[in-house]
Amino acid sequence: MAVDMRLPTVRKQISLAGSNSNADGKHLVVPGDVITSDTGFMRGHGTYMDDEKLTASVAGEVERVNKLICVRPLKTRYNGEVGDVIVGRITEVQQKRWKVETNSRLDSVLLLSSVNLPGGELRRRSAEDELTMRDYLQEGDLISAEVQSVFSDGALSLHTRSLKYGKLGQGVLVQVSPSLVKRQKTHFHNLPCGASIILGNNGFLWLYPTPGQQDEEEGGYYTSLELVPLSDREVISRLRNCLLALAAHKVLLYDTSVLYCYESSLLYQIKDILKPETMDEIVMVTRQRLLDQEG
Amino acid sequence: MASVQISEAEKVYIMHGVRDDLRVDGRGCEDYRHMEIETDVVSNTDGSAKVRMGHTDVLVGIKAELRRPRPNVPDEGYLEFFVDCSANATPEFEGRGGEELGVELSNTLYKVFNSHRSLDLRSLCVCPGEHCWVLYVDVLLLQCDGNLFDAMSIAIKAALFNTRIPKVRVLEDEEGGKEIELSDDPYDCLRLRVDNIPCIVTLCKVGHRHVVDATLQEKACSAASLLVAVTPRGAVTCVRKLGAGSLDPDSIFEMTETGKRVGKALHAPLMELLQKDESLGKKRQKVGFLA
Repeated sequence: MAVDMRLPTVRKQISLAGSNSNADGKHLVVPGDVITSDTGFMRGHGTYMDDEKLTASVAGEVERVNKLICVRPLKTRYNGEVGDVIVGRITEVQQKRWKVETNSRLDSVLLLSSVNLPGGELRRRSAEDELTMRDYLQEGDLISAEVQSVFSDGALSLHTRSLKYGKLGQGVLVQVSPSLVKRQKTHFHNLPCGASIILGNNGFLWLYPTPGQQDEEEGGYYTSLELVPLSDREVISRLRNCLLALAAHKVLLYDTSVLYCYESSLLYQIKDILKPETMDEIVMVTRQRLLDQEG
Repeated sequence: MASVQISEAEKVYIMHGVRDDLRVDGRGCEDYRHMEIETDVVSNTDGSAKVRMGHTDVLVGIKAELRRPRPNVPDEGYLEFFVDCSANATPEFEGRGGEELGVELSNTLYKVFNSHRSLDLRSLCVCPGEHCWVLYVDVLLLQCDGNLFDAMSIAIKAALFNTRIPKVRVLEDEEGGKEIELSDDPYDCLRLRVDNIPCIVTLCKVGHRHVVDATLQEKACSAASLLVAVTPRGAVTCVRKLGAGSLDPDSIFEMTETGKRVGKALHAPLMELLQKDESLGKKRQKVGFLA
């Protein structure tokens, strides 16, 4: 057994040689900061008027579109956009729809008509399908999906009409802040270290063993309950801890950063990665490598 | 209790991992997550401690008050426990949601700690039959991420170690009336002996094996867990089964043995840390709640 007890330490800001100042010329504010006292501007999200002065109500970056001033918060719930890849958890089975928890303000909806049922795309949905909805997805199940549309109240409508989306099988879910996930062309990655990852735009990250040849007949609603080999588990656990370490240090998550972090963590045991000093070390090496690669 | 919902496939993954002695976060079955312990965090208590273990965050404050001893034990002080489940931990605790859990937790703590075997309750007596110190142990759950009992017991032990009760003397005047006099020196205080205070080890039965320091996800895979309170010498002071499932006698025996071994090993690093913390004194940089 291992017990590690320690006194808490104040987290230091790591500064890297060669990196430009942390603000990068961005206008960053905290709640209560006066953005402008000029009355010619319009009040947008994340701001309020305080004695004729435009003031920030959240911590984040100021965005200006013509006369409109908004503050984009750093820490927020997920604000969906059409086309986003998300990972979510079914919370409710209703008539012709599932409710999905996606870390947004309102539960998202997955309609029965926007999933691919086994038996091909052009299958008609019958009353039986409605009765057997719970056989496809039940409460607690995880899915990957795409945002199809956004309702007027901000709730999301999802779809899984592609073979890459659907029910998720064995693996590990990691939850981070949605603002840490970098928007990219693809959010599905088969990492060369031996595992795959779905970087959901909503901050839900799914780690799973890289699948072999897939059986396409089930249309993404088949989950294997076979034993995952220990070597794959080790890789997945290491990646999980790496993701948490990167998230704790607010490093943007995308395939390269995750892979670099994985590589720099190989010097340490998996369970030691989350110790503060190891975390500092690994993340510093990762950031340095990312910086070298950029410049 | 705060719980999470997970899918069947995730459960299978976690259970196979436990079978292979590699849990989702890379720990073995008998490993704890790393803990951060800080004492003397609340200034208006006589002793306080904050323990953070993963995302489980527990704050304990101890206040001492002079009260009349209980009639059946006139020469002993006593402890009172109160567990407050903050709605910050989970929205379920909002309003009266955390009350049931709080009462259950405080009853268990009472069983584990309030005995003269774990704490010398006689030392809390000021004047037999008339005055004794009552220690109000208030536990605040700030965040729940599994393994509440272990974190609470460690925090309570740390807070009891940190507790300083002002020394009082009983003066008797000519007519036989008694008066209590408080010492003028604020540093003249009574410390509690924490040598025999037990730590709680909760063992969660996952599949055919058991794990210590289960996360919420692991807890969702297990039907029953066993709570074992162990003193530094390895004596078991309390055993309780938690959860709706059943345990067979063989595994109870196995789990108690593991609990004993793990619990015994918890005390040495804890005491070492508390001594170190105290020797640093005012030089230690306070972190508090902004870490």
